[in-house]
Amino acid sequence: MAAPRINRITPFNITALALGLAFLYLPIVILVIYSFNASRLVTVWGGWSLRWYYEFFNDRAMLDAAWMSLRVGAVSATIATVLGTLAAIALTRGERFKGRMLFSGMLYAPLVMPEVISGLSLLLLFVALDAGRGFWTVTIAHTTLTMCFVTVVVQSRLGAIDRSLEEAAMDLGCNPVRAFLFATLPLIVPSIVAGWMLAFTLSLDDVVIASFTTGPGSATLPIRIYSEVRLGVKPEINAICTMVIALIAVVITVASFVSKLSRTQGENAVPL
Amino acid sequence: MTEEQSSSEVSAEPDAPESPAIEPAKPHAVAVAAASSEPQPEPDMPLLRIEGVVKKFGNFRAVDGVSLDIRAGEFFALLGPSGCGKTTLLRMLAGFEIPDEGRILLNGRDIAPVLPHERPVNMMFQNYALFPHLSVRDNIAFGLKRAGMARADINTRVAEMVALVKLEGMEKRKPDQLSGGQRQRVALARSLARRPQVLLLDEPLAALDKKLRESTQHELMELQNRLGMTFIVVTHDQDEAMTMASRIGVMDAGRLEQVATPRDLYETPTSRWIAEFVGDVNLFEGQVGASEGGRLAVSTRDGGTVYVAEPRTPPARTAVSVAIRPEKVKLSRRAPVAEGSGGRAFNCLEGVITEVSYLGGLTTYKVKLDSGAVVRSSMANTTRIVDAYSVSQRVVVWFTPDDCLVLEQ
Repeated sequence: MAAPRINRITPFNITALALGLAFLYLPIVILVIYSFNASRLVTVWGGWSLRWYYEFFNDRAMLDAAWMSLRVGAVSATIATVLGTLAAIALTRGERFKGRMLFSGMLYAPLVMPEVISGLSLLLLFVALDAGRGFWTVTIAHTTLTMCFVTVVVQSRLGAIDRSLEEAAMDLGCNPVRAFLFATLPLIVPSIVAGWMLAFTLSLDDVVIASFTTGPGSATLPIRIYSEVRLGVKPEINAICTMVIALIAVVITVASFVSKLSRTQGENAVPL
Repeated sequence: MTEEQSSSEVSAEPDAPESPAIEPAKPHAVAVAAASSEPQPEPDMPLLRIEGVVKKFGNFRAVDGVSLDIRAGEFFALLGPSGCGKTTLLRMLAGFEIPDEGRILLNGRDIAPVLPHERPVNMMFQNYALFPHLSVRDNIAFGLKRAGMARADINTRVAEMVALVKLEGMEKRKPDQLSGGQRQRVALARSLARRPQVLLLDEPLAALDKKLRESTQHELMELQNRLGMTFIVVTHDQDEAMTMASRIGVMDAGRLEQVATPRDLYETPTSRWIAEFVGDVNLFEGQVGASEGGRLAVSTRDGGTVYVAEPRTPPARTAVSVAIRPEKVKLSRRAPVAEGSGGRAFNCLEGVITEVSYLGGLTTYKVKLDSGAVVRSSMANTTRIVDAYSVSQRVVVWFTPDDCLVLEQ
């Protein structure tokens, strides 16, 4: 709307769009197509088949890894969402406390910190504490990784909300905590949900930090895939990847739908 | 209009014209009861007493020693330019800011330790602060639910409020499906729903367009009159304050400069700043000269002498300003014939018209006097065919000593 010239359909625009999309998605499309390959060889097409999906659902180790990943993702995303939301509230709503800049800087450090460094430092910590590595160490590591993303998402929404809403709630008989719960929380729920989903997907596809903090018998799916691929790519991997892509696509779609819903909330004439 | 307004000041007793609507609201009954151990307020105690209140933000004194009494049933306006501290004062009444010094007494009780949600005071916010996720109905019911009112009572009260602000049929809408004027009404209904003892309104009409603002001014006045509630409105718009309020407190730089009825504020401002802030004014700077027969002669800087009806006799040579409102300055082709008291019945000055602005109801003229000073005059166009003056015409500018005001610097 703002730039009608770009919306015009011209051969150049169509070519540019096709090339751009191909660059981004062709590898994924090939991967998805080959996941339905009947052949044992990854690069040779042998007709359509669901064989490798069947193989995956009979691969105990792979299923365990997938289950592990889902659990780690759900638990770490939940903890990260709670902590990240609290941090966002402290940063936007708190009085200008001493060390606020330092706090926000430290909060955002994991965003730019190379994962190898955070992974290694967490490993050293767990070793020093003599903590047996497994589900909880990966979960804690992923919480530290994803919390800052939740904070970013929630903070940007919180910052856009008028503080006088809470004052109005207080004026109308809410104590400060209830004012937050009744006036502000309903408005930031979509961004909290979006933050959770972001944290979940980040945890789901992390290899580096997980490889430092996981222990024997508690490999996550990406680690399992990675170690399989080193021995040669089986078409089963394609099948797993296709399912992971499908899951992430669903989560992302739901997340954007939720945040869009919250933005247009009230603009629809039908009050649900 | 303003005369009627100023006369409503007479209803000073705390419980003069009470309609059922201002019975102490249930939610506040708790807060009031908690204070019942304290001595009952004296009968002549104002509803709200502000005593030497100071609010500092860092080194900046946003509110600097304000004392003010507001009686029950008043429509009080706090008027001042932006940044004068009027909103800060209002927020202290609501409980969002704590005074650094001084006390705020409501019904004789210091409300400093009372948190905003426990004060029998409600506020209408400048940007309305409607809850965007709640419908009109739920916005209005918000404060009632928090007070633990029964569902049936809430429904009755909401219906009453919706009718009061004429929003029937809009109950299910969300705030962003409403026009600015409708939102303003929802905010008003929401803040009135708990039947506060005092309603605070922060620039209630600032976000409305001119036409709507005028009709809403009258609705607010009518509503206040009907409910008999005490309204304190903050505004930077002097017309708004003059139209609505029974009394106006003018603030500047954190201080309360003058508290008066709209008429007194306009006709007898206590300082040059107020004279210039409220309405238009011509000022002649000069020194006090002789005084005789109730007429004080002020020799103005540009050589002339202006006679002023002034009962006080400030010491000679005091630097003063003589203020005269443009509508009290008349133009004519010849000097008016004085009856009786010789040359002192009128102040007559001569000059040339430099600017004519026709505004429909009135026409304003700028006249450059022979002394060099510029005087503004506005004259009502009371007839269709006016023998108007035009630019570069030579005229006599005259005004009576009674219409002049001496303001010390």
